[in-house]
Amino acid sequence: MARLTAAFITLALLTFQTAAAAAQADDWDAVLEKARGQTVFWNAWGGDERINAYIAWVGTRIAEDHGVTLRHVKLTDTAEAVSRVLAEKTAGRDSGGTIDLIWINGENFAAMKDQDLLYGPFVERLPNQALVDFEGKPTTLIDFTVPTEGLEAPWGMAKFNFIYDSARIQAPPQNAAALAVWSAINRGRFTYPAPPDFLGSTFLKQALIELAEDPAVLQAAVPDEATFRSVTTPLWRYLETLHPFMWRDGESFPASGPAQRQLLNDGEIDIALSFHPSEASSLIADGQLPETARVLVFPQGTIGNTHFVAIPYNASNAEGAMVVANFLLSPEAQARKQSSEVWGDDTVLDLDKLTPEQRRLFEALPKGPATLAPDALGPVLPEPHPSWMTKIEAEWLTRYSR
Amino acid sequence: MADALQPLTLPGAAAPVRGRWLRAIPVATLLLFLGPIAAGLIGTWLPAFGYLPALGGESFGLGPWVELAAYPGLGSSLRLTLVSGLLASLASFALAVSFLATCYKTRAFFLLRRLLAPLLSMPHVALAIGLAFLIAPSGWLARLISPGLTGWERPLDLAIVQDPHGLALALGLALKELPFLLLMMLGAIGQTRADQRLAVARTLGYGPVMAWIKTVLPAIYPQIRLPVYAVIAYSLSVVDMAMILAPATPPPLAVLVFRWFHDPELSLRFLGAAGATLQLVLVAAAIGIWHLGERLAVRLGRRWLFAGGRGHSGPWLPRGVAALVSLCVGLSIAGMLGLAVWSFARRWRYPEALPSEWSLDNWLRQSDGLLWAGGTTLLVGLAAAGIALVLVLGCLENEKRHGLHPTGRILWLLYLPLLVPQVAFLFGAQVIAVRFGFDGGWAAVVWSHLLFVLPYVFLALAEPFRALDERYTRSALCLGARPGRVFWTVKLPMLLRPLLFALAVGFAVSVAQYLPTLFAGAGRFVTLTTEAVSLSTGGDRRVIAVYAFLQALLPLVAFSLALLIPAWLFRHRRDMKVIE
Repeated sequence: MARLTAAFITLALLTFQTAAAAAQADDWDAVLEKARGQTVFWNAWGGDERINAYIAWVGTRIAEDHGVTLRHVKLTDTAEAVSRVLAEKTAGRDSGGTIDLIWINGENFAAMKDQDLLYGPFVERLPNQALVDFEGKPTTLIDFTVPTEGLEAPWGMAKFNFIYDSARIQAPPQNAAALAVWSAINRGRFTYPAPPDFLGSTFLKQALIELAEDPAVLQAAVPDEATFRSVTTPLWRYLETLHPFMWRDGESFPASGPAQRQLLNDGEIDIALSFHPSEASSLIADGQLPETARVLVFPQGTIGNTHFVAIPYNASNAEGAMVVANFLLSPEAQARKQSSEVWGDDTVLDLDKLTPEQRRLFEALPKGPATLAPDALGPVLPEPHPSWMTKIEAEWLTRYSR
Repeated sequence: MADALQPLTLPGAAAPVRGRWLRAIPVATLLLFLGPIAAGLIGTWLPAFGYLPALGGESFGLGPWVELAAYPGLGSSLRLTLVSGLLASLASFALAVSFLATCYKTRAFFLLRRLLAPLLSMPHVALAIGLAFLIAPSGWLARLISPGLTGWERPLDLAIVQDPHGLALALGLALKELPFLLLMMLGAIGQTRADQRLAVARTLGYGPVMAWIKTVLPAIYPQIRLPVYAVIAYSLSVVDMAMILAPATPPPLAVLVFRWFHDPELSLRFLGAAGATLQLVLVAAAIGIWHLGERLAVRLGRRWLFAGGRGHSGPWLPRGVAALVSLCVGLSIAGMLGLAVWSFARRWRYPEALPSEWSLDNWLRQSDGLLWAGGTTLLVGLAAAGIALVLVLGCLENEKRHGLHPTGRILWLLYLPLLVPQVAFLFGAQVIAVRFGFDGGWAAVVWSHLLFVLPYVFLALAEPFRALDERYTRSALCLGARPGRVFWTVKLPMLLRPLLFALAVGFAVSVAQYLPTLFAGAGRFVTLTTEAVSLSTGGDRRVIAVYAFLQALLPLVAFSLALLIPAWLFRHRRDMKVIE
């Protein structure tokens, strides 16, 4: 299975590179020309003030460079944008849509791709895509096992990790099983956001990958009910052990990742989940976590993925949206995003493809107290196929949401 | 006297000719309302029975309902919804009634009346977040006494907020509904000559509390019935407060429905539509139960009423009730105060009673966004409240000139947007608005706000308008003024105070709208409320506090202006002053 994925990636890369070479000579100037004066409505989750501030900065830069106005439509959930595009399709509005750009990945992308709600492929038209580390970061081409096929442009890298308070924990657990043992000793000091919150679901997937007899089956769609039962049995057994020792005896769960982070800052728990290894430093700098907060990744690896931007099929300002997507991939924008003083979201670029001057932007970034060196982040485990996530979430609800 | 003046209304007979356009206003107003709601309901019911061609639902069936019935935790979700919603309605109603019964025209009463405007302008979300921060195991109250008094080095592992029975949600709702019900009751009291009733009852030897319950309550209840139903409907279908105060596994039904409509798995729209319809049934059933309770109370109460018990309660009763109400008001204010402190905090961890690091950053960093969002909020609010005021005035003037008596049924129609849960029709309304290319613009947003603003403006204005002494009009007509002139130069100036108050109420309602802004505005309209809610998912109390504060400030300014402008304009007119 792994070999098949690898083969696919190579194939995708090949087609991509030839297409890209041809596209470079393409009409980027024409796109810039058309984009000038457009107002791009970017629908992006608005729950994090640091990210909002970064998006606002992108807006000022885009206006300066290309005369494109950027409006951030703040969502509480990316699926709101998906449902809006769907509503527009339902009503037959195939052009002049209200959304130009969506911050997206995973099941939202799978749903939109599946329903033909996306514009493109457009990624090969972006000049800056040549700098992306497609080879070293395969998740920039395969989003939760679904090939992106140029329908979404990579924006940032996420890797599952834990934030813990080092003032309270000296030797943090090193895998899912050890986490359960730690919880039994430290009753009520761990919890995870209730699925279908993506962090909570990712925790379940992480545990499943560690506990499953053959994690390779997770890379394809769930074949049948019997397989699903047998593969996930260790996960449910694990949760049965873990839950009684969790916060609120595992009877209630925080509603979201940030809500859980708040619990960590309030001292109600000692370990929280995160998807950005530099997030902890960034939150410390912002006063939202104690200075003693540190990052933990499991030595055998944790789940990693990429988040993207995509353009709806009926976008009114697709050219402006592409200009934004291209700017997001620029070394300037990527380096700023990675700074723990700004956001702490890791770059999708290949630093070897950059000029020395551009590379210096990244090397000069401040290192926060909790930031791990790139080689200390451990291996990246691939996301399972979305169908596993859907079924696990449903099963979780049946078992624990009664 | 009134009979003697009767013939003098004759000059007004010319009115129907000139005021023909007036007749159109009530019809237009109702169409403006019923159109989108009916369309939205149908647009939700069709997918509930499997019909939504865009998602491959080509035929009708009960599939979504079967799926809904089998949904894990639906039973608990319904129980949670009913317990928290009914408890909140009952508690806020009982508290409002007993407060007025025991403390009418006492010092506590006047104090609370003065506090009503600020209490009403507290945004739901802010109140919920403030309350949650106050009472949580790691909250402000615990921080004030820990670890010194309690020895809690770490917060207790206790489910006070997001408790499995939804009690925290019920408390939050009750805090929010209490001032609303008090306001409505005060309006109704003004119409019923409560003071005379009380005086008569007191001379007959009834105790003050008994006198109020036996003579004032039966008179005002018919007028507050619809507001009470609106409270029930709101409590059972609230989304934003429930996301903060109610448990998540499972959440109340409205939150589930909201989630289904926003799930990336698009086939869940069918389930969502069925859930939204169930939500409507649930609200209807709850109102039905309450209605049965009313009838029972009437049947039992009549005998009790006629038995003539004078009832003498000791001083402990008013004190107890006043203490309970003070506790509610205190919790609301302390919650907001907690948020105020947060907005200047940089670092504030358990068990510090106050932030360990302070900062102005939260305010400075937001200034651009605040201006933009605040401006939109202001414009939409003024437009919606202004249009609502014009329509309501048109309806009321039409009613006066043509001697119409609005039936209960019309009032029900007007109240419909407040009785039908928002999640039950907004999805359908969105599909239809998109079809006609009507979404995403100012008109759509203002219209969607109007749906909820208009009933409140009507509520605030109808009573004073109808109560205006008819003899002023007659005298003016008698002196040769045309009805239009009477309206502009006699009625409106005399009604300036209630007019501005109604405008302020409408504005406050508009400021608080979340779901309508989101659905009708294609998410492009950023108001203080949409910002506050989208930030509340991020859980950064410091930023939420900034937005919540401004969200409360705008209505507060509106209410203050509504009081100050007439006071200034009428400063030389003794008889136009408010007599306390």
